[in-house]
Amino acid sequence: MSSIVIDTSASRKVKELLRFLLDSGKIDAAVTMRKIPENNSYDLTLITDAPDLDEAVPVIPVMTVNAGQVLSSISTSGKKIAAVLKPCELRAFVELVKREQGSFENLLTISYTCGGVFPLELVKEGQIEELLPKYDKTISKGEVPINTRDTCRACEHFIPMNADITVSVSGECESGKGCVMYLNTEKAEEFTEGFGGERSEQKFDPSLFQKTLDARLAEKGKLFASITKDGPGLDGLLDLFGKCVGCHGCNSVCPICYCLLCDFESANFDYNLPYFEEYLSRRGALRLPPDTIFFHMGRLTHMSFSCVGCGMCSDVCPVGIPVAAVFKKTGEKTAALFDYVPGRDVEESIPVMVYKEEELSDIG
Amino acid sequence: MKKEFTPRITSFLCKWCTYTGADLAGTARLQYPTSIIPIQVMCSSRVDPVFLIKAFLSGSDGVLIGGCHPGDCHYETGNYHARRRFAIVKSVFESLGLESQRLKLSWISASEGPKFARVANEYTEEIMELGENPTRKNIFL
Repeated sequence: MSSIVIDTSASRKVKELLRFLLDSGKIDAAVTMRKIPENNSYDLTLITDAPDLDEAVPVIPVMTVNAGQVLSSISTSGKKIAAVLKPCELRAFVELVKREQGSFENLLTISYTCGGVFPLELVKEGQIEELLPKYDKTISKGEVPINTRDTCRACEHFIPMNADITVSVSGECESGKGCVMYLNTEKAEEFTEGFGGERSEQKFDPSLFQKTLDARLAEKGKLFASITKDGPGLDGLLDLFGKCVGCHGCNSVCPICYCLLCDFESANFDYNLPYFEEYLSRRGALRLPPDTIFFHMGRLTHMSFSCVGCGMCSDVCPVGIPVAAVFKKTGEKTAALFDYVPGRDVEESIPVMVYKEEELSDIG
Repeated sequence: MKKEFTPRITSFLCKWCTYTGADLAGTARLQYPTSIIPIQVMCSSRVDPVFLIKAFLSGSDGVLIGGCHPGDCHYETGNYHARRRFAIVKSVFESLGLESQRLKLSWISASEGPKFARVANEYTEEIMELGENPTRKNIFL
């Protein structure tokens, strides 16, 4: 497999590639981040006309929605689509494909070494432009940028898994120094045929990111310790989730929570008079809205092993609960039970769909 | 000294094995405590993790799942899936620092009446050691 040397900024080169793919009819649509000129903000956009790519900024540390979640509904349209995804978005999509909620068949995935994204509250009125120079400088030194999402700072999976094209963004993406586009699959070679740029046989070298990895792991240790070493306990649980207003925002932005009728949105949780009467006969008082901790614990058991740690849930939480950190910490433990890494391999079944006869012998 | 109390152990028992085993314990007049509150399910894999959490947060002092021995499931593979789900719930409890001893899974076949009585006795004792579930009085859950 070959690679393409990037002579400009990584973002611009990916944009050129998308334009080439659209113009040559190799794809019908592109999914990429795009600047909103009206308010200096960004959002994810589905683009079919090449001129609309003018404002596209494929490589930008902003995640307004987990693109994996959005792709699940459009990847089965039969149209050929190229999508620029952050590594965790790609992993989330892999998890969705395992759940038959999407398909790689007509999809070209382009991903890049990710430095983490800024929380949404910073993504407005041109604030990102002010933060970017420092951000680029920090990641080029293999350090962890401040101000990014807590789970991004603690993310060790910043190198894309299973992308057709991997763009190595060494940090100096504005100058383009050291940025290379690696073609990992036959599909990538096929799609980029005829696309200009100097080709080389250079292979992606993960060891170049060792310093970043070490820094991220150190951050992860700190983040997990902040939710106490042995977990919060019952009182700590109240501290953590006691503020929850029960909006289920974390659930709706979660790329893994795809169920059209979530148990927690179903009639099982339509609280009616008999429910309150029965409950109050036992306890005398009831916190309202009810079952908020139940909701989080339920989600933890239902999907934490597939959590990719994208941080959308924490970002949208109106009361600032560190949902993503709790899910990432717990998710790593539930996944480790089955040597599972979410998004690693699309052929690997999710842990609750398969079993081994000889395992977990300490149970039962 | 700890105040004596009768624990309440919500027990999800598989219709084909453990529930029948409990029946056998009864017809054989084996003694086991009244702490076991049986709920018959068609298979141990019918027990969604949220059942365990709901029972725990509602104040059950213990939650027991009873199923067929691995390999003996009436639906062939249900209990293997139940075992994985149970491991996940237990891991979530441990990760959150909650008392995971309040969750138990046991394989008891239809012919193992004595085993059912023994598990019921032992688990009740274990829960009595542990004391009342603190969630029982907590209005914030």
